[in-house]
Amino acid sequence: MSSVLRFSDVRKSFGKGDAKREVVRGLSLAVEGGQCFGFLGPNGAGKTTSLRMALGQTEPDSGLIELLGYTMPADARRAREKVGVVPQMDNLDPDFTVEENLIVYSRYFGMSDSVAKSKVPALLEFAGLSGREKSNIAELSGGMKRRLTIARALVNDPAFIVLDEPTTGLDPQARHLIWDRLKALRAKGKTLLLTTHFMDEAERLCDHLAVIDNGVLIAQGSPRELIEKTIEPDVVEVYGDNVAALKDRVSAFATRVEVSGETLFAYTTTPKPLTDVLAQFQGVRVLHRPANLEDVFIKLTGRELRD
Amino acid sequence: MFAVGEPFIYMLGLGYGLGRLVPELGGMSYMMFVASGTLAFSIVNGATFEGMYSAFARMQIQRTWDAILNAPMSLSDVVLAEWTFAASKSVLSCVTFVGALVLLGISREWTLLLVVPAALLIGAVFAAIALIMCAIAKGYEFFSYWFSLGIMPLAMISGVFFPMSELPKALQTVSYCLPMSHAVDLVRPLLQGKISANVGLNIAVLAAYAIGGFGVAMALFRRRFAN
Repeated sequence: MSSVLRFSDVRKSFGKGDAKREVVRGLSLAVEGGQCFGFLGPNGAGKTTSLRMALGQTEPDSGLIELLGYTMPADARRAREKVGVVPQMDNLDPDFTVEENLIVYSRYFGMSDSVAKSKVPALLEFAGLSGREKSNIAELSGGMKRRLTIARALVNDPAFIVLDEPTTGLDPQARHLIWDRLKALRAKGKTLLLTTHFMDEAERLCDHLAVIDNGVLIAQGSPRELIEKTIEPDVVEVYGDNVAALKDRVSAFATRVEVSGETLFAYTTTPKPLTDVLAQFQGVRVLHRPANLEDVFIKLTGRELRD
Repeated sequence: MFAVGEPFIYMLGLGYGLGRLVPELGGMSYMMFVASGTLAFSIVNGATFEGMYSAFARMQIQRTWDAILNAPMSLSDVVLAEWTFAASKSVLSCVTFVGALVLLGISREWTLLLVVPAALLIGAVFAAIALIMCAIAKGYEFFSYWFSLGIMPLAMISGVFFPMSELPKALQTVSYCLPMSHAVDLVRPLLQGKISANVGLNIAVLAAYAIGGFGVAMALFRRRFAN
């Protein structure tokens, strides 16, 4: 199958004159069918604007966007008939019950109420909300609302599902349940595009990752590939009151050393000599672990806060 | 319910209270005058409330619009739906108000039935204006400006509570160019079993404001949603 979503040299600016800011600066990427594609980047990197352009809600200044073979935004309506969207902010209708939310949303896809109604039990079962048909939205927990929002995104049986930070603000139990549902969707052959700030989530769920910053693609590949090609395999974290003072002593044993607050991060390919040296110091705690996606993300996008 | 309740209280208070002191006005009792004026006012309010507070809640607070825009729907679909829905609220206000007039025996003319299509047209005008306010609002506070500095002064110069002939000539001219005077002019005779002498002009002015207002609202929403 060809690409489900393709960006070719897409650009978008906001504002005029001196206030003009180019948010997306020549972005090219492709989401292949059946993938869970992770779209990562710090706040303000251009993710939301890119997603809006992908769905045909914002027009690019230049470049080409194709969604399910349709040119966006010209054919947005037809493309969105086959797309499901789980927005970052819950926007279920508080005036309606759980069941009514699904039925009313189905109308926007031109479905009759009887067809929509027949789909409700399976959707609620998928979302773990069976028996909650008549509940008001205000009675649902955060996790239940998210699951209902996912169910709502499935009313049109979409081929492609966009999820914008689907687990932000949820407790670990609720997150695990969402992950489980997303894996089930992928197993059904759906293509998923996911944004997240949780690197463990991206590492766990995604087949392919694209990291963007300042409106351009800065790295892509599978989570494993990104870790292998971007970063040293071992990380030693040192915690203590004055770890900055250790930086020079440790540097000789590590490829890179970074200090952030009261933590020192040493990246290395040969951890043994480093941990031996650190064992001699008093008053510090040492954690030796394999490199992960968060290390990659920090290396690629820096440690500074973005907003 | 505010949309009908407030004008209704004005009608009762002014009609029964002030009505004793005021002799006939333009060939009708003051009660009839103020009942027809406040009926028009309640029609205006019905669409105004819905197009401002409720539409803004769906757009900005509950984010219902965003949810709909993720389906195969466009911004113009959503705005058109808000416009017709808000206008329909004017019909609801008018039906409630007219029902009360019939029960109280203030008017029982068959022409009251014609208030319904009139309410739809007047509703379309003030729904469009309310949506303009919605499109430029940053928060709910903004809407009280339109009520206090727009709708209320308009009611004062449009013959809702007293005849426009009492106004300075210049203000009368201004009022004739604005939609609320035509709303009152269109509705008032219907309570007495008559049709407005200026019915064609009334409808033309209101239709122009409805269509023009909707066009402006649409353009402003497009600008708001472009960022």
